[in-house]
Amino acid sequence: MNLPEPVIVVDHLTRRFGDFVAVNAISFEVQPGEIIGYLGPNGSGKTTTFRMLLGLLTPTQGRASVLGYDVSHQADQVRARVGYMSQKFAIYDDLTVWENLQFYGGVYGITEKTRIAETAELVGLGGQKRVLTRDLSVGWRQRLALGIALVHNPRLLFLDEPTSGVDPTARRAFWDLIYSLAESGVTILVTTHYMDEAEYCHRVAMMRDGNLLALDTPLALKDQFVPGRVWEVYAEPLLDGLHALAQLPGVLRTSLSGDHLRVIAESGLGETEMKRTLNEANIRLTSIQSGEPTLEDVFLNLARN
Amino acid sequence: MNSDNILVQASGLRKSFGNVHAVKGVDLNIAAGEIYGLVGSDGAGKTTTMRLLVGALLPTNGEATICGYSVKKQVEQARSQVGYLSQRFSLYEDLTVLENIRFFAEMRGLKPDEWLPRSLEILEFVGLAKFQNRRAGQLSGGMKQKLGLASALVTRPRVLLLDEPTTGVDPVTRQDFWQLIIQLVSAQDSGVSVIISTPYMDEAARCHRIGFMQKGEISVEGTPGHLRNLLNQRILELRGHPLPLLKSISAQTAQVEDVRAFGDCLHLRVKTGQSEAVIKDLEQAIPVGGGNFLGARPIASSLEDVFIYLSEREHEPA
Repeated sequence: MNLPEPVIVVDHLTRRFGDFVAVNAISFEVQPGEIIGYLGPNGSGKTTTFRMLLGLLTPTQGRASVLGYDVSHQADQVRARVGYMSQKFAIYDDLTVWENLQFYGGVYGITEKTRIAETAELVGLGGQKRVLTRDLSVGWRQRLALGIALVHNPRLLFLDEPTSGVDPTARRAFWDLIYSLAESGVTILVTTHYMDEAEYCHRVAMMRDGNLLALDTPLALKDQFVPGRVWEVYAEPLLDGLHALAQLPGVLRTSLSGDHLRVIAESGLGETEMKRTLNEANIRLTSIQSGEPTLEDVFLNLARN
Repeated sequence: MNSDNILVQASGLRKSFGNVHAVKGVDLNIAAGEIYGLVGSDGAGKTTTMRLLVGALLPTNGEATICGYSVKKQVEQARSQVGYLSQRFSLYEDLTVLENIRFFAEMRGLKPDEWLPRSLEILEFVGLAKFQNRRAGQLSGGMKQKLGLASALVTRPRVLLLDEPTTGVDPVTRQDFWQLIIQLVSAQDSGVSVIISTPYMDEAARCHRIGFMQKGEISVEGTPGHLRNLLNQRILELRGHPLPLLKSISAQTAQVEDVRAFGDCLHLRVKTGQSEAVIKDLEQAIPVGGGNFLGARPIASSLEDVFIYLSEREHEPA
């Protein structure tokens, strides 16, 4: 069987700014049609990595190829073939949807009206071509931003926090689009601060302090980085319960979650010990039940250790 | 619930801007110690509701009280009990952390001998004490947000209104932020209520109660568990390949209301009591259609499933 050529090959890619190592010798590969979530706290090196892969920033060391082109020496070829969407991207408010698509198409040398129309249809803006951009809701605006990133038919798409501030229905419609793009062979790298969104990705990368700590499926990440079991503990008073359980040997992490506590404990630690501890501290336990590990648990474990 | 503990009360609250009816009869009863989440699509009326409660807008009709003070007739007293963090709170970037808080404190009428101890206490609480002399412009995004929270808390409000406070903030910072909010209301005798609006359902899940807003009304209200139960046994996880084929077969299966991709599997929403039947149908239909059925099982519904379900319901005829 012929394996398809990876879309992205990153080999010990490094970027320094003076003494500061923004990206530290990261390596990974991405296959066609994959949706990769790229996560990390602010300042962990996500945007610097994206900028190198987009050919906007030269690596200090290591190499990366994107769609078969070297990002250091063939940046123009890379930029002509990738799409980039960011919340901070300028969309002209006083232009219509059509005019914005036409303008950005022009930047890539796309002038055929059929392609502009196709793009508008693709992102579901076919009926709103004449609407002024300033009159679009947040959700529709975000689709226009996606359209602008897609107008030159890129095979690889970088999305930088594409759904920040968008409601779940609009986010859902956006992800339906992303999945159909991926099914047609477009590869997608997406950053997000929202872990329920990261669950939608085929694989998820975690960065911290310039290092790539993990890159795997959501399921595998939870298996590997959420050791032990998750418990949901309903107790009164809640804060006393938090402090009592935090000191119990075998408890790895406790946090407040609305009206209950979320406890991650070594698998050897059972309900009985937790019940006894709360009882001894005069804390009333209403219920204790087993919970599911989340990508947020993974993120917090990796980002804090 | 003791009615003395109700800090936020609204009945028949309405606000119209000309022909646009942004809020169309909202009722609220929020107790001390409660975190109340306001969720809903853009334009559902969340921000307008918050602005009515904070006294920034006058209701067209109906009444709301904060700690017993009417937002119409006792605006100043009501406002003095409220801390408000808006979506776009502004800080003075040239002022230090402490100077920023002082500005808010004095604007809210705190006396010279009151503001400093209060500010230091609140900076300690949000974890900014050691940055008190740093200019606000040099704070990270997460620290700015904590300073915004500190400014909203400096008058020791009994009601805290947070309008999408965590948009664009990373998960570590959001976790810290939520731990502060929950600590604030969980402290014994805290006597504080929090109303928070958010587009993110993982955050809504941390609230004690959630109000789902649609077209200016709260259409459904309940605990996160209560809301998730609306779809109990109605969400299925389907595994197999190829996914596009599975998707189209599922969409054509009777009793399936909704299909969505979720990583390397599909999530289906089925009609009440039809899980078993749908699984049986798919087990047969997928191989017949040339696909590979690896398994299907009911899974716990998420608040996001519920949000989408409720949003779609609004389009159905009543």
